[in-house]
Formats: sequence, structure tokens, C-alpha cells
Amino acid sequence: MTLWLPEATTSAPEVDYLIFALVLISCAVLALVFGLLLLYMFKYRAGSSVDRGTLAKKTWRLEAAWTVATLLAFFGLFVWGADLYVRLFQPPSDAMKIYVIGKQWMWKVEHPGGQREINALHLPIGRPIELIMTSEDVIHDFSIPAFRIKHDVLPGRYETLWFQAEKVGTYHLFCTQFCGVDHAQMTGDIVVMSDSDFEKWLEQNGTSETLAVAGKTLFMRYGCSGCHGGNGIGGSQSGSTVRAPALAGLYGSSVTLADGRVVIADDRYFRDCVLLPDTQRVAGYPPVMPSFAGQISEEDLLKIIAYIKSLAPEKPS
Amino acid sequence: MSEAHLTNEFQYSSAGHRAETAISGMWLFLATEVLFFGALLLSWIYCRHWNQAGFDAGARQTQLAIGTINTVILVTSSLVYSTGLAFMEAGNTHRLIQCCAIAWGLGVAFLILKFGIEWHRDFAEHLFPGQDFAISGSLGGGARLFFVFYFVSTALHGLHMIVGLILVGWIILRARRGEFSFIYFTPVVVVGLYWSFVDIVWILLYPLIYLVGRGS
Amino acid sequence: MSATTIETPAPAISYLTDGFTLRSWLLTTDHKRIALLYLGTITIFFFIGGIAAALIRYNLIVPEGMIASAETYNRLFTMHGVVMVWFFLIPAVPVTLGNFVVPLMLGARDLAFPKLNLASWYLFVVAGIVAVYSLLVGGVDTGWTFYTPLTTEYSKGHVVATVVAIFIAGFSSIATGLNFIVTIHRLRAPGMTWYRMPVFLWSLYATSVILVLATPVLAMTLILLVFERIFHIGVFDPAIGGDPLLFQHLFWFYSHPAVYVMILPGFGVISEIIPAFSRKRIFGYKFIVWCSISIAVISFLVWGHHMFVAGTSLYSALVFSILSYMVAVPSAIKVFNWIGTMHKGFIRFDAPMLYAVGFIGLFTIGGLTGLFVAALAADVHLTQTYFVVAHFHYVMVGGMVSAFFAGLHYWWPKITGRMYPEMWGRAGALIIFIGFNLTFFPQFILGYLGMPRRYHSYPPEFEVLNVLSSAGATILAAGYLLPLAYLTWSLFHGERAPANPWSATGLEWTTQSPPFTENFDETPMVTDPPYNYPPFEVVRGHV
Repeated sequence: MTLWLPEATTSAPEVDYLIFALVLISCAVLALVFGLLLLYMFKYRAGSSVDRGTLAKKTWRLEAAWTVATLLAFFGLFVWGADLYVRLFQPPSDAMKIYVIGKQWMWKVEHPGGQREINALHLPIGRPIELIMTSEDVIHDFSIPAFRIKHDVLPGRYETLWFQAEKVGTYHLFCTQFCGVDHAQMTGDIVVMSDSDFEKWLEQNGTSETLAVAGKTLFMRYGCSGCHGGNGIGGSQSGSTVRAPALAGLYGSSVTLADGRVVIADDRYFRDCVLLPDTQRVAGYPPVMPSFAGQISEEDLLKIIAYIKSLAPEKPS
Repeated sequence: MSEAHLTNEFQYSSAGHRAETAISGMWLFLATEVLFFGALLLSWIYCRHWNQAGFDAGARQTQLAIGTINTVILVTSSLVYSTGLAFMEAGNTHRLIQCCAIAWGLGVAFLILKFGIEWHRDFAEHLFPGQDFAISGSLGGGARLFFVFYFVSTALHGLHMIVGLILVGWIILRARRGEFSFIYFTPVVVVGLYWSFVDIVWILLYPLIYLVGRGS
Repeated sequence: MSATTIETPAPAISYLTDGFTLRSWLLTTDHKRIALLYLGTITIFFFIGGIAAALIRYNLIVPEGMIASAETYNRLFTMHGVVMVWFFLIPAVPVTLGNFVVPLMLGARDLAFPKLNLASWYLFVVAGIVAVYSLLVGGVDTGWTFYTPLTTEYSKGHVVATVVAIFIAGFSSIATGLNFIVTIHRLRAPGMTWYRMPVFLWSLYATSVILVLATPVLAMTLILLVFERIFHIGVFDPAIGGDPLLFQHLFWFYSHPAVYVMILPGFGVISEIIPAFSRKRIFGYKFIVWCSISIAVISFLVWGHHMFVAGTSLYSALVFSILSYMVAVPSAIKVFNWIGTMHKGFIRFDAPMLYAVGFIGLFTIGGLTGLFVAALAADVHLTQTYFVVAHFHYVMVGGMVSAFFAGLHYWWPKITGRMYPEMWGRAGALIIFIGFNLTFFPQFILGYLGMPRRYHSYPPEFEVLNVLSSAGATILAAGYLLPLAYLTWSLFHGERAPANPWSATGLEWTTQSPPFTENFDETPMVTDPPYNYPPFEVVRGHV
């Protein structure tokens, strides 16, 4: 029986400190509560002749005191937990992105270099890694206890989590949102390796094309280049009759939408443009982009997005 | 006051106390209905926020004429019932019965227009969000959502109206049996509250179904 | 220990002798008889849910699962949740102890709407029949939380039948809550001001407010769920622009306040028992009553803490976390106040008091572990694991079920006119306390180590703790079967109870045991504050 869970990432020890502090506080409160209960049950049992004296008349001072003490302690715990939580879910911008697709009852993982895994995730240590995750069917949850991290994985949208692994080893991956009959089988291995081992693994498991290269083929096959131009240079530049926005260099920049909102063109944005274009009408462009909902699989979609992300803007001539 | 009203009166200090108790029970029940329909309306507003164009495309397919006529019918019905209640407060059971009958008839007219004619046309035009839904393309999703809300809300409202009609019918029956007088007419008040509430729900549904997004 | 040495004769007339036909029971409007009808029904459901629990713990003895079929296991834990939540915990104290005691405690003859009370029992029975039907045809395998799109598009279980059962049960809840609120407002005996009401009534009032306001939201959520399941199109479907998270928001908007529906009556019961068995006024009466009300209010504002890793925004997570800490404060205050009540009291250790003290211990553990999951970063690790399972079982089972047993033993003499056998009562309380801790404490550790909940099978390193937990469950099961046995025995052979076997304050103890149908000969007049125990010098002479 193990009573110990490895702390395999940079943030795992921080989560453990918080949990440990909560354990200490709980033990203190429990000692107080159980202690007083047992003390009073003995000292003030009906048969004992101990002097009960007079009862305090005004009790509100005591009430106020323990109320305030409780509030302060709780506020401290809130701030600690909230601060760590915000950092747990704000990935650094230079994180290596890996894609995860959950479906009943398996995890599909796609590395940017095209390497694919099922129910496993090979990772290098010492680098921030961001997982971009979606589901093909029901809500799942990607959970790595050794990393102290998990997040639900939803159909129809991207969710992210990030970490930086620090300890080489193999750790459990669990699905932790009930997803049907084989929910308990939707587990896997997280394999953390040294940098050199990871490079070797990437080579050994590589496919002929990276996600972005595969995405280029799909970009043409689905007809995106018809309006957005080859290499995503934009409709007007490519001679298309449709004035469609240029995609090259768009990733990460701000976009002004027709309704006045300004959004950042991230993975979620591109996904919504393809599947729900009505929600992302761009200011200054005709609202003619059709929806590809139901026509593109999640895997193809993330390859196309990887391709778009790889497009550098045309240098002005 | 007849003996029938004196059960459990041991704990009521007066007839007024008992009447207030019944009326406060109905207000509390109406509070639950506010939360019930409120959840639906909030969900509607939330979904519309993310699918405005589709919702508007759906809203344009609703039948404004029937909806407006129905609104007038229902508001009139509520007004007539309240008039009946005012008559009852003065002791005029005869006028109460007449007003309730008119209110009841208007309610039936509403149901016939809503379900007999409007829904019939909606189904004929393939507006039920099923296999052969009328609106396709990028607006189809939002339009389908709109019609999910449309059918669920009108069905639930219709069910509440049927219950209301049963209650108003019950009031008519009791009034004809001579059970009400200017001293005792609590059930008339209680049913009136319910009937007015059903009206208010419709007044909130009407703009959501027929007006919002129509002009876009 | 009861001080009666004189043999108490059975009252010639009581609500139990007022008609022996089936009709007199099935068409009764007497709140006391309705309470017994409910008691029988929820006992049946407690054992149905309990059998499901036993099978769950049986399955988890070995890592690969003793029950071959994962599908069966999934349906078992779903039915365990559905039955225990809606058919036991939510009704338990209000419809049995509440129905029986509230009019008596108020000095009233019955509730405000006696026929509605009977109707609420019939609704509950109908709901129960639909639930049992759903169980018999195979049950449902979605978890009691029914998350979409699993329930709307993918589950092969009997979702609609189960949801219909819950929907009907919801009407029963609303009717009960409505009845209590109007009764407490309007039918208090002359002189019983709000601040002269015992805490139990305030707790039931707060509970009823939640029942009345939260349950309708569940009703609407279930309607939308069923529509989507039947027509395969709906507001939770991302393919048409809907949102599966909308379901979670709507569901938890009801279900979080619902857990306070479960525990608040328990708080009320404990608040009656501690003063009675300490022979002392409750400490900080006004604080306790306003804590009950504030728990009811704040409970509506914390639902998002079930969704910290669900895909909501960072801002919403922050807001819900701080509010979740706020809701814990009034509960903590109550625990301190109960202990303060015992301070300098004259404490007797009858079964109700043992259950009550057990409640304080177990509820405090459960409540403290709530602080763990309210802390955002800790919740990320602990949510969806056995830690949360242990947390809610500590508050709901260690807390609520203990409180239910405490109240059942406390008011048993009043309800039945019989005393239960004291030694067996104390044994039961002790066995339950030990069995419960053995069952659920290991689960905190399992959860920290990462064992997910709702898993039919698990990695082998979790085996020892699971075996410990299942061993504890056998002891706990024995602990729950024991009161069934001796309480039933006491109905026929128990010592006759006097009007006030505990020498407690409260109007319910001023009438005979069991009461006659109209409760009181004359409307009582109330002039004393609640828990008006005599000063120590007098008490000491009579202990």
C-alpha cells in the first residue's frame, strides 16, 4: 500500500504544501472539537459534582471572536488556493503544445511533430508543456495525479492545462469525469523522460509529416485556400472573388469582430471560425464563410489549425 | 359561514387568519413558478447571447399575428376574472359566474389558436427542430435552439393554462352551488392569483418569441 | 437515563388508536400518521440505497472488481446516488420528524394544509414506484449528476424513467416546504414569537425556503434534459450552438442548495438534543438561528464550486471559492455553539446524545474537508477522486444520517409511546460511529493518492485501503440494521413512555405520548423563552 504520491512537476509541491497546511489546520480544529467534547462529556456529566458556577450572560463577544477568527483563516486559505490556481491554469506563452482528443474510451495524443500516441503521453522534463484538449463525444477529464492537475475535456471546445515536469518516471493518467461503461478503462501512462531520451523517442515514433504539413494538405482539400488563398495570404491577394481575411501571421494577434468585440486569435478562435463562423464574424469582411461543422473531424481540424499557426506573414514588398 | 369551512379552524384565530393563510400559500407556490420559468428564461437569454443570428432567423418564422391576438385574449381574460373578483367582493355571485365563464372561454380560445392553429402551422412548415428542419446552413443551429425554447415554453405554458382552466371551472361550479358570499370567497382570490400569473408568464414569453430579433 | 420508575399506562386514546382501517391510514390528513407513512417509505428506500452501497463496496474489494460487469457497477452507483439523495436524504428529517413534530412544537393542531401533506406523500410514493420500475428494468448508468451529453446522446440506460421519478419527487418536496413555511408563519401558538421558537423550527424553515426556491430549477433542468434525450436536439448540444456546461450550471444551482436541505434539518435536530441532554439553554440562540438562515441564503451562491475544472472562467472560480468559504462560517459557528451548550451542563449519555455527539465529530471532519475542496488549487487535485466521496459521505452520512437517528431516538417515545431499549441504542450509536470512520476515512487517503471516483476497477496499489473501507462498511451495515431490529421490537415490547421522558422543554413534551389526534386540549399559551431549563441548584437536586 502506498501512502505517497510523487511530486512530478514544478507546481506539485506547491499544491502539496497547501493540502498539508489544510491537514494541519484540520487536525488543530479537530483536536479542539474532540478535546472539548470529551472533556465536557467527562467533566460535566450529570453525576459529577464539579461547580458549574454562573453562566456567562453576554456571549456575543465570544461569538464575534470566533466568527472573525474563522473568517480570517478562511480568507487566508482562499487567497492561497486562488493564487496557486490562477498560476496552475495560465500557461507560459512559450509552452510546447500537445494535442489531446478524448473519446469513449481512449485518449489520443498528437505531438506537433506528428507523433501519435494512444493512452500514453511521452514528455520531456524541464520544459513547460501545454495540452490543448477536446472530446469527440461526452465530457471526459484528463487527470494526472502525480502532477496534481486535471481538467475536463468537452465536446465542441478546447480546454487547456499546462505543467512543467521535473521528475523522470511513469505516472498514471486517469479519466476522471464519468463517461460511460468503460470509464475505468480510460487510463494511460504519462512517461516523463530526459531531454535526450525524449528526442530519441520523437525520432523513433515520428511520422512522415508534422501536424502543420498534414494540415497544409487538408487546407487545400477542404477548400480553405479557395477563399483564403494558398498559404493563407487572403482572398483579395490570391485573386479569389471572395474577400476573405488573410491567415498568415494571424495567430496570436487581436481581431476585431463585427459586433465590436476584440478577441485574440488563439486555437479556440480558429476552431470557432471553422465550426461556428456566425459567432466570429470579422469586422470589415462579408459574412459569407460557411460552417464546416460535421464535416471536419477533430483530428483534421487541429492539423489545419497547426498549419495556420505555422504561416508567417508575407513580407511587405 | 357553513360548517364545511370550519375544519382545522381550532388553530385559526379568525376567518381572516384562515383566508390569509391560504392566500400566502398561493403566493409561495407562485414563487416556485417564478423560479421554474425563470430558469427557462435565463437559459434562453444565455443561449441567444451566443447564437444571435440563428435565434433571429428562427424568430422571423413565428406567427406574429396569432401571438399578438393571443396576448390580447389572455390579458382580457385576466382582466375579466379580476372584474369578477371585484363583483364577488361586493357579494354578487351571479356576475362572478358570468365573468369566470367569459374568462374561461377566452382561455379556451387561446389554447385553440395556440395549439390548434399556430402549432399546426409550425409543424407544417417544418419548424419543429427534428430531421427536416426548415432552416439549414450556418444559421440552422441557432434557429433550432430557438425552436427548442419555443416548443418547450409554449408547451409548459399551455399545460399551466389547462390547469388554470380546470381551476376556473371549479370556481364556477362552487359559485353555482352557492358556496361563496361576500364573507367568504378565498378560493376565488387564490385562483385569480394563479390565473394572473399564467398571464404574466405569457407576457414575458411574447416578446421573447415574437418580437426580439424580428426586425433584424 | 429516564428517571421513570412508575409504570406508565398506555393512553386510552391516541392518534394511533384513532381508526384501525387501511382507509383511516391511507386517507388520513393527520400530520402524525402521514409522518409514519413517510417513515415506512423512506426506510424502504434507505435499504434499497444501502444494498446498492453494499454491492459497491463488495465490488471494490479487489482491483479488477468483484462484479464482472462494469455496466452493472455503473448502474449500481448511479441508483445508490439517486435513491439516497432524492428518496432518502432530502425527505428524511422534514417528512418524518418534521411532519410529526412541527405542529406539536408550534402548539398547532396540524400543518396549514393537511390535504396537501397527504398529497405530497402520494406524490412521493408514485415517484418511488417509477424509480423502482426504472431500477427493475435495468436502471441508469450516468451517475446521479446526469451530465450531458452522456445522458442526452450516449447512455443506454433508462434515463427518462429515472428522471421522471425525480421530477415527481420534486413536487413532493415543494409541497412539503410550502406547507412548513406557511405553517411556521401562520400557526404559531399565541405568545410564540419568532425568537421563542425552538431552533428545530428555524432549521426547517430555512430548509423549506431552499426546497421551495431551488427545486423548480431542477424541474426545468430535467424537462430540458428529457426533451433533448427524446428528440435528440436541445440546448445542451454544442453541435447546434448549445452548451453542455449550461446543464451543469442549472443542475448544480439546485443540487448545491439541495445538500443544505439535507443537512439543515440535521442541525435542527442536534440543536434540540444537545440542550435537552445538557439540561441547559442553548448557547447563542440568536446566532444559531441566523446562521441557519444565512446558510440557506448563501447556499444559493456557491454552485460553481462543483465546476472548478469544468471549463468555467477563472473569475467565476474565484468568486465561487470565496463564497464557498463564506458558507462554511455559519456551520462552524454552530459547532462552537453546541460545544458551548455542553459547557457547564449536566450531560446524560442516552442514545440521542451519543448520536448527537457523534454527529458533531463526524460533521466537523466532513466540514473541514470541505475547506480542502473550496481551496481552488487543492480542488484541482482532489476533485473527482475519493476525497470528495469521503467528504460528502462524512457530512451526509456521518452527519445527516446520524442526526436522523438521533432525532428518531429522541422523539421515538413521543411518536410511538414506547421507549427503545437504551443499551441497544447506545450500542448502535457506537457501532455506527466506528464503522463509519473505518469505511470512509481511508477514502480521504485514496483520493489524495489519485484514485478516481466512479471506477469499477482500479490500479492494484489502492487495494489495501479499499479493503479496509469495505471492511468498515460491513460494520456500518450492522450498525444500521441494529436500530431497525430493536426499534421494531420496541413497538411491541418497549417500556411505555411518559409524556416527557427526557424532562426536556418544548411544547411537544407537554402532551401525552403518543399524542391524541388533535394534539392539544386547548391552544397552548407561550410565555417562556425556548430551552427554559431551570437554574442549576434546582437541576442538581433532580438529576
